Amino acid sequence: MNILKFFTAGSVDDGKSTLIGRLLYDTDSILADQLEAIQNANRKNDDGTVDLAILTDGLRAEREQGITIDVAYKYFQTDKRKFIIADTPGHIQYTRNMVTGASTANLAIILVDARNGVVEQTIRHSYLVSLLGIKHVVVAVNKMDMVDYSETVFDAITQKYKSLAEELKLQDITYIPVSALKGDNIVHQSERMAWYSGDSLLHFLEQVDTDVQEKSEKARLPVQWVIRPQTDELHDYRGYAGRVVSGTFKVNDKITVLPSGASSTISKIEFFDKELDEASSGQSVTIHLATDVDISRGDTIVNSSALPQESKLIEADLCWMDTKALDTSITYLLQHNSKVTKVKIADVVYKVDINTLEKHAADEFKLNDIGRVVLKTADTLALDLYHENKANGSAILIDSRTNLTVGATMFRALAD
Amino acid sequence: MSKYNFDYLDELEAEAIHILREVAGQFEKPALLFSGGKDSITLVRLAEKAFRPGKFPFPLVHIDTGHNFEETIDYRDRMVARLGERLIVGSVQQSIDEGKAVEQKGKNASRNALQTVTLLDTIEKHQFDACIGGARRDEEKARAKERIFSVRDEFGQWDPKRQRPELWNIYNGKIHKGENVRVFPISNWTELDVWNYIRRENIELPSIYFAHDRDVITRNGQLMAASPFVNMDEEDVVERKKVRFRTVGDISCTAAIASEADQIDDIIAEISQSKISERGARMDDKVSEAAMEDRKKGGYF
Repeated sequence: MNILKFFTAGSVDDGKSTLIGRLLYDTDSILADQLEAIQNANRKNDDGTVDLAILTDGLRAEREQGITIDVAYKYFQTDKRKFIIADTPGHIQYTRNMVTGASTANLAIILVDARNGVVEQTIRHSYLVSLLGIKHVVVAVNKMDMVDYSETVFDAITQKYKSLAEELKLQDITYIPVSALKGDNIVHQSERMAWYSGDSLLHFLEQVDTDVQEKSEKARLPVQWVIRPQTDELHDYRGYAGRVVSGTFKVNDKITVLPSGASSTISKIEFFDKELDEASSGQSVTIHLATDVDISRGDTIVNSSALPQESKLIEADLCWMDTKALDTSITYLLQHNSKVTKVKIADVVYKVDINTLEKHAADEFKLNDIGRVVLKTADTLALDLYHENKANGSAILIDSRTNLTVGATMFRALAD
Repeated sequence: MSKYNFDYLDELEAEAIHILREVAGQFEKPALLFSGGKDSITLVRLAEKAFRPGKFPFPLVHIDTGHNFEETIDYRDRMVARLGERLIVGSVQQSIDEGKAVEQKGKNASRNALQTVTLLDTIEKHQFDACIGGARRDEEKARAKERIFSVRDEFGQWDPKRQRPELWNIYNGKIHKGENVRVFPISNWTELDVWNYIRRENIELPSIYFAHDRDVITRNGQLMAASPFVNMDEEDVVERKKVRFRTVGDISCTAAIASEADQIDDIIAEISQSKISERGARMDDKVSEAAMEDRKKGGYF
């Protein structure tokens, strides 16, 4: 059994929270006392049934306004898989929350209201999915009950979306007609849409192959911590602790430490009380080297036969996340895995109108703005490009005056 | 090449270890909040996996309400001895004696809320800049929106509207002097995940998690341990029942459930079928729909 992380994009009226509520409800993932709390709440659907959206609206302000403000994480499992849902708000003013929820997702569900079809926000949500490099997309055409479960309506929306997907270079897309409110094709196959022969949403989520994710084969381990017990028995013990973010390290592999460029050989890979022959993407381990090399937190251990790029000048996509606008005259901090360095935004190349996908010149970058910039870092980064290696191709920006996370960046190219 | 088999527990474990090592790397004076409950016991095992054969880069901190299950304290002391790590105890009784906290009155009085006073005092006294806790997002809906690195102001307050975006696996632990960060490495675990992990790792737990005979009273439809710390009157009828606890908290606000499950396999089977969430046995959450949100804003774990 493995984990599928997905996020849902849709706006206030698309029934996104209802869809998640329905998934939880129909998979028996809502416990009696939670259900009781919902039933006692003062919010019901027009037909008197329980409003499942309340399940995900966790904060008081959200319940009062009937909207989702922040990212809420929900968990459920079937006998096939464990699921982690990032429920994010769909309105343009919460673009940063959507980017946050999408950053860790393997799959995106884009909700389209069957009555309205592909609209401006569908374009926006799909753009964010392509920006964040999410490989699997489900287009859930919701509220089919409001259009008489019409195949014609569904087909028209599918056709329309295909051209958008082409423009955005989205690849693995699955279209499912659903009614979250009535439960059609969410967990159970709907009898009201005999013309649809595909999977229900849950069945699809249970079997979609997440290993197809283009995980980079290039071995990278950002060093988080050096373990040095300095006891009499373990006098010379020196282990480099970190999580393999991509590829596989094996004992006897030749490695290079960046940014110093020093090289050595892996003498031992440890995981607590075990010695391993190899460690792959996702594993948190401790690596020992055959020779003494000066290594500290912030350094990256890489396979010598697959070196990353090194640069202080990087073209990146930036999503601005702070209410205070980007100031190109000041120095920010950039956090790339375990490394933190000073950074300036040397140039704003363009900004994207995320509703129309048009690019235009801009000299200001405000909350929720997305576009291409040039980052100039104080220290050299050992990086990969985002489309090849998400973990080693992404970073956050921190405003050292407020310590807030103010930007998300995805490396797209080295700049000259 | 051998097939590399990395299941969901391995993934959750690796994520938690990564988070613990980020705490070690990013903070000057972190601490691990240890309650004696299964979640913090799981954290201790994860810390061993993250830092052995080295020492933990943080002490264990127990906020002691004074209203404990004896079994928990006994477990705590044996565990600390085995680990050879430092334990700091913050005493709610001391906060009361010093007049910083006031004992609740009445039948349902508990020291649960008073823990916040002692916790904030302990953080201030030791200048902790990060406190690792065993909270999980599946416990409660306000927790579902909490970050893994959750920044608290000088007064320990959580402001849900000013949370930092948390992207990829990058955690921003930068804070101003006086602020601190609560860190939740097992945010993405469910109750069942914790139990499955405890079984897989063969981790010892305090005996109160397993079915045992105990004197209990029934209050508001829930079974409470009959103890000197629970205010009882003539209406309360003490009965001896076979029970176990799903969470370990202040004895005066932690309800037991009737159960025959005295083995971990039985407990996992019971939870898999259970229709009541584990916080359903916490009187402190029953106060209002926003009970947890309000307590977190006030500086609670």
